[in-house]
Amino acid sequence: MPPLDLLPLAASESNLLAAREQMAFTLGFHIVLSCLGVALPATILVANYVGLKKGDEAALELARRWSKAMAVTFAVGAVTGTVLSFEFGLLWPEFMDRFGAAFGVAFAIEGIFFFVEAIFLAIYIYGWKRLEPWAHFWSGVPMVITGIGGAFSVVAANAWMNQPQGFTLDAAGKVVDVEPLKVLLNPATGYEVPHMLLAAYMVTGFLVASIYAVGMLKGRRDRLHRLGLLIPLTIACIATPIQLFVGDTAAREVADHQPAKFAAMECIQETGTDQTEYVGGVCTEDGVEGAIGIPGLDSFLVGWSTDTEVTGLNDIPDDEEPPAHTLLHLSFDAMVGIGTALLALGAWFGFVWWRRRDIPRTPWFPRAVAVSGAGAIVALWCGWIVTEVGRQPWIVQGYMRTSEAVTEAEGIWFTFALVLLLYAGLGTGAVLVLRSMSRRWREKGAANVESPYAPQAEEVR
Amino acid sequence: MSKADAATAILWVGATFYALFGGADFGGGFWDLVAGWDERGQRPRDAIQRSLSPVWEANHVWLIFVLVVLWTAFPPAFSAIFTTLYVPIALAALGIVLRGAGFAFRKSIVGLRERRAMGATFAISSVLTPFFMGTVIGAIAAGNVPAEGNGDPFSSWIQPLSLLIGAMFVATGAYLAAVFLVGDARRGDDAEMERYFERRALGAAVVAGALALAGLFALHSEARYVFDRLTAEGLPLVVFSLLCGAALLAVLVRGGRRPLRPLAAGAVTAVIWGWGVAQFPYLLPTSLRIDQAAAPDPTMTIVFIVFAVAAVVVLPSLALLYTLAQKDLLESEH
Repeated sequence: MPPLDLLPLAASESNLLAAREQMAFTLGFHIVLSCLGVALPATILVANYVGLKKGDEAALELARRWSKAMAVTFAVGAVTGTVLSFEFGLLWPEFMDRFGAAFGVAFAIEGIFFFVEAIFLAIYIYGWKRLEPWAHFWSGVPMVITGIGGAFSVVAANAWMNQPQGFTLDAAGKVVDVEPLKVLLNPATGYEVPHMLLAAYMVTGFLVASIYAVGMLKGRRDRLHRLGLLIPLTIACIATPIQLFVGDTAAREVADHQPAKFAAMECIQETGTDQTEYVGGVCTEDGVEGAIGIPGLDSFLVGWSTDTEVTGLNDIPDDEEPPAHTLLHLSFDAMVGIGTALLALGAWFGFVWWRRRDIPRTPWFPRAVAVSGAGAIVALWCGWIVTEVGRQPWIVQGYMRTSEAVTEAEGIWFTFALVLLLYAGLGTGAVLVLRSMSRRWREKGAANVESPYAPQAEEVR
Repeated sequence: MSKADAATAILWVGATFYALFGGADFGGGFWDLVAGWDERGQRPRDAIQRSLSPVWEANHVWLIFVLVVLWTAFPPAFSAIFTTLYVPIALAALGIVLRGAGFAFRKSIVGLRERRAMGATFAISSVLTPFFMGTVIGAIAAGNVPAEGNGDPFSSWIQPLSLLIGAMFVATGAYLAAVFLVGDARRGDDAEMERYFERRALGAAVVAGALALAGLFALHSEARYVFDRLTAEGLPLVVFSLLCGAALLAVLVRGGRRPLRPLAAGAVTAVIWGWGVAQFPYLLPTSLRIDQAAAPDPTMTIVFIVFAVAAVVVLPSLALLYTLAQKDLLESEH
């Protein structure tokens, strides 16, 4: 009786979809906060250093304000990160059961980094008034190092899911031996980690700069806004060209090691040489519709020659093909497109700064910077969509399907709905709190900005 | 001691730190909840906020540490617990989100109404989170988590023992928090707050003790394996915990300024290790032994290295944070 057989299958497929959507949503929310956790400390310390070295009160004030904002984003990031570690067990228990012993190693190391970051973050954030200024500055340095270390460990775990190695399975599929270094330093770690680290610095830099660009567009052109734009924008603009290089390498690695993902994101239907590079468009089985095609470019980008053979979706077994080809293709294009636009923005900024030691005078410049933060976040999300959706149907490439990993527990659609509500509140709350902080700072006025290190009156609350 | 046993000990060390420091932070939320309306509750609320602000995030990381060690060193146990007890675990996660966000937002917003709403969120979730965590521990001790996982999602934890242990977690957190806050008040020479929290420490101690006693009866009927070992191999630890608790009560009743924190910490630590001894050699009594759940040796070695690094890097950093906080070198209002 087929209907009876089909029923549980349909239920578990629905569960799988709900679990994937919930994971994607919570990860997408958290990743923005993790970018700030990784890169905001360095941005703050640059301002802090400039302030101390040159006695620049505006720079010190910026560092102090950013650290207060970081207290909020870090708290929200800490809880949304905790949710993710709970979700490993709540949504993907079979994955953890079978492979926790292997890739858990990366998370164990991450735990230490996160711990040290949380400790020094507290010391730095709460140490403004009473620690000696340079001691206070140095108390912030561990945050920068642990932020990078933490990102390394977590992304290494994801890289391992894309290119798993360093473990031995017995006949029953149980992990019986582990080589931790091989797990951590799997081939994908080499490009995923730098790609994500640079993304963190880009997202943070463009996002913080965009806030001050909006202020400039409203006519606030004091030194605080100028520095508030310059410091993060410079960091982001240094990271961008390196990012395009790393991203380009990453795409080639994906072409070599995860041909299914690459074929889907580039909409390549038939294996062959001289592949067309499609920009935009909708992927169908007969090819790409509505795209701009550049003949031979895809092959050239993969192997520096139009003779390079690139695997098409026709050579991928149906049950190993990633879903949603158009989504993957457009996400990849959007990421590359936004990255290129940000590169252009940086070139503009760099050129004018080189010629005139000033930011471009046209209002189009702050306008462009004002949207760069949102753009960088969209590019970040698109990149993760390509990585994660492009790996499907696998949770551990070639070893375990996502459908085998998902929980048998019911009601994931319900928890997903609850999570959406909860995070909507969380996001709204965080934005409202940050805006109210910024309003209070503005009301105090730029003229009587207090020196953060001097004894000061009780703060306006 | 096998590598797996050593890894279990590391798990317990993490759980102990989380219970002592994370537990006290939840307890702070409890006292915030019952501090009374705005003006009456203002002073204790300020004291709680000052004490919690710089440390709660670092304290929270112990939970992550425990989870990570559990899924890395004992993946089948992690999976079995999460596929059985997902209801209280998800509720605890919800509580963690609300508590962290509520606390962080409360101190950064201005309006009284908003502050009150955030404060209530923080305080209520500070009670619910440890309660649900306690039910998880109770269900594990009662043997309601089968080794292969997917146990009953409700009857596994809606049992007298689980619910009692949930309540005990709340009471113990409140007890620890009150004792820590007495210390803070003494340091700040605030006699009024000192008395305020001394009375509450006493109350919480009595409630926690009563719940523990009731818990013993529930343990006897629901978790015979654990009960038998707790009253045999675990007995010295139980006695030690009782002595610490009694000494603390005596100090509180007689007044005077003897140190309270070591006694409170000793009482709680002894219970946690007593539970560990009572469960031995099972992670999930009596279906999954430690050695059956253990990851391969190289993974355990990494867990040891991580623990060693934690001991030489994290503990001194934490000590620095606590020292700075205790010397009032960190602001509470950032």
